[in-house]
Amino acid sequence: MPSFSRIRAIAEKEVFHILRDSRTLVIIFLMPLLQLIIFGYAMNMEIRQVPLLVDDLAMNSSSRALVDAFVNTDYFQLVPKEAGTLQPDELFRERRAQASLSIPKDFGASEHRVLLRIDASDPNSAQMIQNYALGIVNSTGIQTDAGIDLRAQILYNPDLKSSFFFVPGLIALILVMVCALLTSISISREKEMGTMEQILVSPVSATEILFGKVIPYLVLGLLDALIILAVGMLLFQVPFRGDFSVFLLFTFLYVLTSLCLGLLVSTVAKTQQAAMMMALGMTLLPTLLLSGYMFPISSMPVILQKLTYIIPASYYLQIIRGIMLKGNNIAQLYQAGLSLLGMSVLMLIVAARRFKLRLS
Amino acid sequence: MIHTSHLVKQFGSFKAVDEINLEIGRGEIFGFLGANGAGKTTTIRMLCGLLKPSSGEIRIDNLDIIKHSEQIKHKLGYMSQKFSLYPDLKAIENLQFYAGIYRVSFEPALKRLEPILEQFGLSSILKTLTQDLPMGYKQRLSLVAALMHDPPLVFLDEPTSGVDPQARREFWQVINDLAQSGKTIIVSTHFMDEAEYCHRVIIMQDGREVALGNPAELKQEYGSANMQELFLKVLGVSDAKL
Repeated sequence: MPSFSRIRAIAEKEVFHILRDSRTLVIIFLMPLLQLIIFGYAMNMEIRQVPLLVDDLAMNSSSRALVDAFVNTDYFQLVPKEAGTLQPDELFRERRAQASLSIPKDFGASEHRVLLRIDASDPNSAQMIQNYALGIVNSTGIQTDAGIDLRAQILYNPDLKSSFFFVPGLIALILVMVCALLTSISISREKEMGTMEQILVSPVSATEILFGKVIPYLVLGLLDALIILAVGMLLFQVPFRGDFSVFLLFTFLYVLTSLCLGLLVSTVAKTQQAAMMMALGMTLLPTLLLSGYMFPISSMPVILQKLTYIIPASYYLQIIRGIMLKGNNIAQLYQAGLSLLGMSVLMLIVAARRFKLRLS
Repeated sequence: MIHTSHLVKQFGSFKAVDEINLEIGRGEIFGFLGANGAGKTTTIRMLCGLLKPSSGEIRIDNLDIIKHSEQIKHKLGYMSQKFSLYPDLKAIENLQFYAGIYRVSFEPALKRLEPILEQFGLSSILKTLTQDLPMGYKQRLSLVAALMHDPPLVFLDEPTSGVDPQARREFWQVINDLAQSGKTIIVSTHFMDEAEYCHRVIIMQDGREVALGNPAELKQEYGSANMQELFLKVLGVSDAKL
């Protein structure tokens, strides 16, 4: 039977370490903020202020209405007139224009076709520019050349703001990284310093050590989640449509899962260096690539889809996007939550069994 | 108090400890002597349950160390070769932690240890961060930490390495007092003068016992004037070689 007083002794000691070790504080507070800001501004997947060259041969009310429709959005800006003396291809090559809109002479009367040329050297942006342009053309009520009137209704993120997509994702990514790092480093540091030897001589059990290590970091992890959430909302204006207590409950489960992952790492890693590498290796790329953060799970090959089941972030992403963007409640999220709980318990059991109470 | 028979520890093809048979009584100060790599630390680590013997038996208070490890762990205090208190904790916080993991109440334990704290000059530095203490104080603090739960059996693995002679003498004074109060002390050292403080010593070489007995009797047996000479004679090394 694990003893509460022993767990408390270990947890209290851990709190002293946290408060006095500047490195831990850096991992906990500075790293998430830096990541949020760097990722947030660098991974911006929106297009804004695309330089658009307009060649309006019609110069009538219809053509002006169309051009205004483009300019009145934040997505496009007109390439200044003086640049218009250059050939469009030249402007593309010099990256002074990313798209050009050619309106034929009889536009609005006998002619309904316009030509939009897009620089697709960056295919993602090109795709987005095309979508935005289509949306604008549709909104003016003027039919496009094929005569297809495409109207997509975009839910939850009508402006397709990428911050709506990456801020929840970043919360998931940062939390799993930080938490796995914290527990794995904390245990491997004791192995490295030799203090673990002193603990192993005592009657403390593996379960007591693991619990004593997890509890203080659970509090820290939750605190970290709140900070990231607050900064994410402040800097990137992401909404929070769900219930805060639901967020706390499920984030608690996710933090627990991530800490247990760190514990598991620490049963393998002998040094802090090794623990750090393993913790990052097991969290960073798998979370980025396989959680549905960057690439939708449904469009992955079947084998990779199966693999996403063991990535904690794939559950938490459903949860956090659900809460922040869709206002999901517990009933809609409990399955993902139970999966996280199951993973935590499983990892804790494996860690406790693998944790050696003797030196090797 | 401690009984071992045919104790062997093998790391791969390397026999670190080879057929060690010991019988150590209550209140005894028992010393492990030997050069680095002779098997002292490995033996001590097996005796306090940190390492599992490859073969052979260890009984402490007539309990098998593997089967009754939980019970035995309460009975022993251990001070490892490497300084292993938390440098970022205050001295008193380190002591609190060890009281906590042995589930003894801190205040009475501290009161009980007050004479030793005084003797060691630790009372005034309890609020100091451990990393700011000089080496000698750290060692003494380690010993006090190992005594928090009042164990009848205390293992000290090279407790005085890196400590000046004056501090070593004080350290041994406390060890002596502890033995007199009935505690069994197992200590390893490579300072031959310290061996004189032990009631009995075992001299080890390549994991094996080369001599075992009371220091005075051993000196007589080998016709040596001091422990240093005895040590070299027993190991068959001439003075010139060292």
